[in-house]
Amino acid sequence: MNKTPARTDAATWDLRLYVAGRTPKSVAAFANLKKLCEEHLAGQYRIEVIDLLEKPQLAKGDQILAIPTLVRKLPQPIKKIIGDLSNTERVLVGLDLRPRA
Amino acid sequence: MKNNNTYRNQSMLKPLPKCPTGIAGLDEITGGGLPRGRPALVCGSAGCGKTLLALEFIVRGAMQFNEPGVFVSFEETSEELATNVRSLGFDLDDLIRRKKLAMDFVRVERAEIEETGEYDLEGLFVRLNMAIESVKAKRVVLDTIESLFSGLGNDTILRAELRRLFRWLKDKGVTAIITGEKGDATLTRQGIEEYVSDCVIMLDHRIHDQLSTRRLRIVKYRGSPHGTNEYPFIIDEKGLSVMPVTGLGLNHPASTARISSGIPRLDTMLGGKGYYRGSSILASGTAGTGKTSLATTFARATCQRGERCLYFGFEESPAQIIRNASSIGVDLQPWVDKGLLHFHSSRPTLYGLESHLAMMHKLIEEFGPATVIVDPVTNLVSAGLVQDVHSMLLRLMDYLKGRQITCFMTSLTQSGHALEQSEVMISSLIDTWLFLRDIELCGERNRGMYILKSRGMDHSNQIREFVLGKHGVQLLDVYLGPAGVLTGSARLAQEAKEQAEETAGKVERQRQQVEAQAKRKALESQIVALQAQLVAEHQAMESLRATDQAKQAMDRAERKAMAQCRRADASSIASSTGNHAKGNGK
Repeated sequence: MNKTPARTDAATWDLRLYVAGRTPKSVAAFANLKKLCEEHLAGQYRIEVIDLLEKPQLAKGDQILAIPTLVRKLPQPIKKIIGDLSNTERVLVGLDLRPRA
Repeated sequence: MKNNNTYRNQSMLKPLPKCPTGIAGLDEITGGGLPRGRPALVCGSAGCGKTLLALEFIVRGAMQFNEPGVFVSFEETSEELATNVRSLGFDLDDLIRRKKLAMDFVRVERAEIEETGEYDLEGLFVRLNMAIESVKAKRVVLDTIESLFSGLGNDTILRAELRRLFRWLKDKGVTAIITGEKGDATLTRQGIEEYVSDCVIMLDHRIHDQLSTRRLRIVKYRGSPHGTNEYPFIIDEKGLSVMPVTGLGLNHPASTARISSGIPRLDTMLGGKGYYRGSSILASGTAGTGKTSLATTFARATCQRGERCLYFGFEESPAQIIRNASSIGVDLQPWVDKGLLHFHSSRPTLYGLESHLAMMHKLIEEFGPATVIVDPVTNLVSAGLVQDVHSMLLRLMDYLKGRQITCFMTSLTQSGHALEQSEVMISSLIDTWLFLRDIELCGERNRGMYILKSRGMDHSNQIREFVLGKHGVQLLDVYLGPAGVLTGSARLAQEAKEQAEETAGKVERQRQQVEAQAKRKALESQIVALQAQLVAEHQAMESLRATDQAKQAMDRAERKAMAQCRRADASSIASSTGNHAKGNGK
């Protein structure tokens, strides 16, 4: 489950999802993320899933601690959202798609 | 594990394997180090030395015990840490290059993180695992893992994950140190002690009367006996060192060897041989009674035997002590140059008592002296309460005696106080107590000295006058006479007077002798004269008798002639011859 739908041309949203193996939480996180992106960022996002069990050396770079962690590489600044992304509202806030309450 | 044998007598079972920290003193009080293969918690307030202890554990493990380590920091970056400990002589970059050390900085910034549902800390596990594998680590430090609580919001998840983490570390078989910030009522702010329960070490940085003292205490250590006291420790240019308080029993050896005090006369007073090696000696007295002079003389005597002497000055700088000693003919500089004499001067108020103790302990360990001088011990009172000083000295004594190091202390008695009042607290620790005092008499002040006590030797009970001259310390007899105890010029005057009296007496005796001789001579000459007279008399008498006889003979001849002339008969001649005396009378 590495490279996944680089949908169309202009991917202005560069997202990375860090997981560690195919756990229920990471599966749920990926599903939630996919759904949310389709709803709000259709056509302008790219999701890269990184499995730390395969590439542990990548954890250091993005300061990954919690699993799953979603990192918004682009647009700047970098944002981190941890958890299974089940709370859509908070994910939207975290991605700056919705102003903080 | 060097400690495997230490507690064998207490348990027939295999003792808990330990992992030596290499930190001076800590391994002694833990009986060999931290529990091997288990996590230990080091907690304390900010700035108490947690990070340093943990880092030293890793660095010493890598350098001394060939056990690579992993240092995971949640607070400082690897660069910052490397810079911080460079002054301690720890080259972290070199260790990393040689694959002895792996460092990871875990940054948790709450503002950057949004939490949306369930998560775990697998990322941390992955990183930790990678670091451990990369250097085949045997030791791990997590400093300070509680930062996670401020960075992440879900306590329930964190606690479950921490529990899992510690379990995981145990399974990995690494010896770990987890540091934690001290909480209000708990050992750590987040109560991590609940999860790390094999060994808990608490560090403390206390300020008392504006003086700080660092202390370390083993709160618990499962499966191993350990020291339970608070142990002072210091952090200096060589890292952390803990002063173990080993005064658990009074079982130090007692030497019968004797060492000179440096003053022949004082040795004489001390049973003729001086102090016992490994004993504690106190010289107390009021200001200016010559305590430091006694100390420097003893220091020189130690060096002259080729032994090392460590001199703690709490009043004067080394240069000042050396200069002052040379004024009484005690030249210490050559011994300093030879490395036999080492001075350490500091103000008592530099830090707390316990820190002083730890510092002294460390220097003694490094220098390995035969004699330690503390001058003056009373100044330490300004760094702590009297009972604290007492307990500190007790520990120092125990330590020194255990090592057969002779300790010479000076103590300033407050003038006006009762004689030994200020020393009561340390009296029981002292084996030989020299008491120096002023003797004020005839408008001058002189120094007197006597031995207040000296355990285990036949010592003099005499007061001696203590004279500091160009040639060192001298002890002189005081004058004891009808006028009482005299010292100084009074003694000299008395001595001069006695001498004058004696001289006068001598002259008189001589005169009498001469007189007697003259008399005798006169008598002798008289005797000669009388004898001559006697002889003359005798001669006169002899000649008289001769004359008399001659006259009688003549008379007889005359009478015979006359009788012949008168033609007297023969009988009448005969009768007249036979009775001439009668006839003479007729």
